[in-house]
Amino acid sequence: MAAFIVRRLLAAVILLVVVSMMTFAIFFLVPKLAGMNSDQMALRYVGRGATAESIQATKERLHLDDPLPVQYGRFVQGIVVGDEFNYGPEVVKCPPPCFGYSFRNSQPVTALLIDRIPVTASLAFGAAILWLVGGVSIGVLSALRRGSVFDRAAMSTALAGVSLPIYFTGLLSLALFAYHWKLWPNGVNYVPFTTNPLDWAYNLILPWVTLAFLYAALYARLTRASMLETMNEDYIRTARAKGLPERTVVVKHGMRASLTPILTIFGLDVGLLLGGAVLTESTFSLPGLGQLVVDAVFGNDLPIVLGVVMVASVFVILANLVVDVLYAALDPRVRL
Amino acid sequence: MNRPVEQWASMVPVDDYAPTAFLDVRDLRIHFPTDDGLVKSVDGLSFTLERGRTLGIVGESGSGKSVTSLGILGLHKGQHARVSGQVWLDGEELVAASPEHVRRLRGKKMAMIFQDPLSALHPFYSIGDQIVEAYRVHNEVSKKQARTHAIDMLGRVGIPRPSERVDDYPHQFSGGMRQRAMIAMALSCDPELLIADEPTTALDVTVQAQILDLVRDLQAEFNSAVMIITHDLGVVAELADDILVMYAGKAVEQGSAREVFTAAEHPYTWGLLSSMPRLDRDRQDRLVPIAGSPPSLINVPEGCAFHPRCRFCELSAPLSLTEVPVMTETTPGHGVACHLEPAQRRRLWTEEVQPLL
Repeated sequence: MAAFIVRRLLAAVILLVVVSMMTFAIFFLVPKLAGMNSDQMALRYVGRGATAESIQATKERLHLDDPLPVQYGRFVQGIVVGDEFNYGPEVVKCPPPCFGYSFRNSQPVTALLIDRIPVTASLAFGAAILWLVGGVSIGVLSALRRGSVFDRAAMSTALAGVSLPIYFTGLLSLALFAYHWKLWPNGVNYVPFTTNPLDWAYNLILPWVTLAFLYAALYARLTRASMLETMNEDYIRTARAKGLPERTVVVKHGMRASLTPILTIFGLDVGLLLGGAVLTESTFSLPGLGQLVVDAVFGNDLPIVLGVVMVASVFVILANLVVDVLYAALDPRVRL
Repeated sequence: MNRPVEQWASMVPVDDYAPTAFLDVRDLRIHFPTDDGLVKSVDGLSFTLERGRTLGIVGESGSGKSVTSLGILGLHKGQHARVSGQVWLDGEELVAASPEHVRRLRGKKMAMIFQDPLSALHPFYSIGDQIVEAYRVHNEVSKKQARTHAIDMLGRVGIPRPSERVDDYPHQFSGGMRQRAMIAMALSCDPELLIADEPTTALDVTVQAQILDLVRDLQAEFNSAVMIITHDLGVVAELADDILVMYAGKAVEQGSAREVFTAAEHPYTWGLLSSMPRLDRDRQDRLVPIAGSPPSLINVPEGCAFHPRCRFCELSAPLSLTEVPVMTETTPGHGVACHLEPAQRRRLWTEEVQPLL
C-alpha cells in the first residue's frame, strides 16, 4: 500500500511538471511559433495605450528575449522559490508561488487566487455533498424499482437535468426564488464562512442547488446503470443464495460494488470544479476562480489566466491522486 | 392415452398432496414473460430426491436445469418469473411460502454451489468474510467463532494453510481453490439439500476429479441430498445415483444411473450418450452429435419437443408431431416420455444405438 501511494505521488509530481510545461508552452511557445516577436508578446502584458518605453521595460522585466528553456526555468523558479521585480525605485519581492502581477490592477496573482479559492471551494464542496447524496440515492432506488413510476419520473427529470445548461436553470431559479418569491430579495451575495456561517450558507443555497441539480442528474443515471449491472452479477445471486436479507444484499453486496466506480468520477468532478465553476459563478456573480479567469481572459490578463490554469491543474491532479488511493483502499484487486 | 396426468398434478390442491420424499418437486413450472413472448424455461417438471442420494440433472444449455435449481431455492421470488407447481422440502411447501420464510431456509437447509466461482464470489470481500457472512446469517455466533468455523471449513475442503488463506480475496485463489471455497461456503451451515450447478465446468480435468471426490466425501459425511446439474455425463456417471434428463423444460427420461447408462430408452438420451467421449472403449468412429440445436423456449415444437431433431421421429408419427408425450414407467423406477412403443425402443437401443457407443 505504501509503495503504491509513493508510486502515485511520484506520478503526480511528474504530471505536475508536464502540466507546467504545457501551460508555459501555451502562453509563451505557441505565440512564438505563430510568428509573434517579443515586442508583440510584451504588448500583451501591458495595458492599452502603452508607450514604447513601457513595452521595452516589460520585455526586459519578463526576459522575453531569452531562449525558451531559460524562460521556462525562470517561470518554474517563480513558482517554487519566488521572484523579484525591479520597478525602478524599489525592488518588489514576490514570494512563492509567484505567478507575477495582474497588469490591470497590479495586484499579485497569488493573493487574488488565495482570495478566490474559498469561494469556489465553498460552492464546489457544498454542491458535491448535495449531488452525491441526492444523485446516488435516486439512482439506487431507480435501479431497485426499475420500470416503476418512481424510476420513470426520476429518469425523465434526470434527462432534463443533464440537458438543461446551468445558465438556464440558474437564471430561472434566480428569477423565481430570488426575485419573484423574494426568498433572496438582494440576490446572491457571497459572505465568507468565517464572517457569518449562516449567511454564507443562505447565500450559497441557490448556486449549490443549481450546480447539484446538473450533477445529481448525471450521477442518478450513472448510479442506476451501475447498480442495474451489479445486481445482475453472479455474486449477488450468491449473496441471495446464502439467505442474506435483501437489504444486506443491496447495501453490502450491491452498492459496495456499484458505487466504487462512481467514487472515481466524483473525485475527478470535484477536482475539476475546484479549478473554477465558470458557468455557476458567472450566473450567480460569485467571485470565485471561474469568474476570475473569465474576466482575465476577456481582459487579456495573462498572468492571472496562467495562475488559475496552474491552480486548477493542481486540484485535478490532487483529486486523481486521492481517487487512486481511495480506489486501492476500496477494491482489493488494485493492491498489486 | 394417459395425457391428462399432467393436468391432474396441477389440479391437486396443495393441502391434499402429501410429499413422498425429502425433496418432492411436483409439476414445477417457471415461465418468464418477455417482450417476445412467454419463455417456458421449466414446464411441468416432477421428481423426488431422498437424503443421502445424489440426483444428476443433465441436458443441453437452455433445457431448464439451472432455472429449476434457482426455482427450488426460491431465487425467482420477487423477480419477473411466474412460478407454479409445488416444491416440498422436508414436508414444507416452498413455492407458496413467504419469501422471508424461504430466505431463512436458503443457505441453511438448502445451499447451492454455483459454476464459475470467480464471478460468483464477491470481488471486494475476502474469502473468509464471505464464509463468515454465510454462517452468521443463520447462526447466532460471535465473529471470532464464525471465523474459526470458516477456517475449519476451508481446511475440510482441502485448502492448504487455511488460517492464512482465509484472509485472501477471490482473485488471489486459483480456479480450483475458488471452487473449494465456494463449496466451503455452501456447506458452512450443514445444508440438508445441496445443489451443485455445473460445479466443475470451469476447471481442468484433474481438479474436476478432486472436486467431485470432495462432493462425494462431504455428502457421505453430512448425509445430505445432492442435486448435481451438468451437461457432462461423465460427472453424472461419477456421482449420481439417479439421473433426470431434461429437454426444453421437461423431463424426458428419469431412472437410476445404471438404468439410464445401460438401458436408455429416450432418443435424446441416446443422443447425449453417443456424443460423450468414452475412454474405456476402443473407438474407430467419430462422436455422433445430436443434429440441430435446442428449441426456442418461446415456440416449443408441437407434440414431442424433441421431434425435429429425433432420428426416430417417423416411427411414432403422427403422434409425435401433435401430442406431448407423457412420462410413463417402462420398468419400475425408470420413466420415459416418448411415443415409441417400449418394445420398439428397447430394440432400437440394443440394435442401433448401444453397439455404436
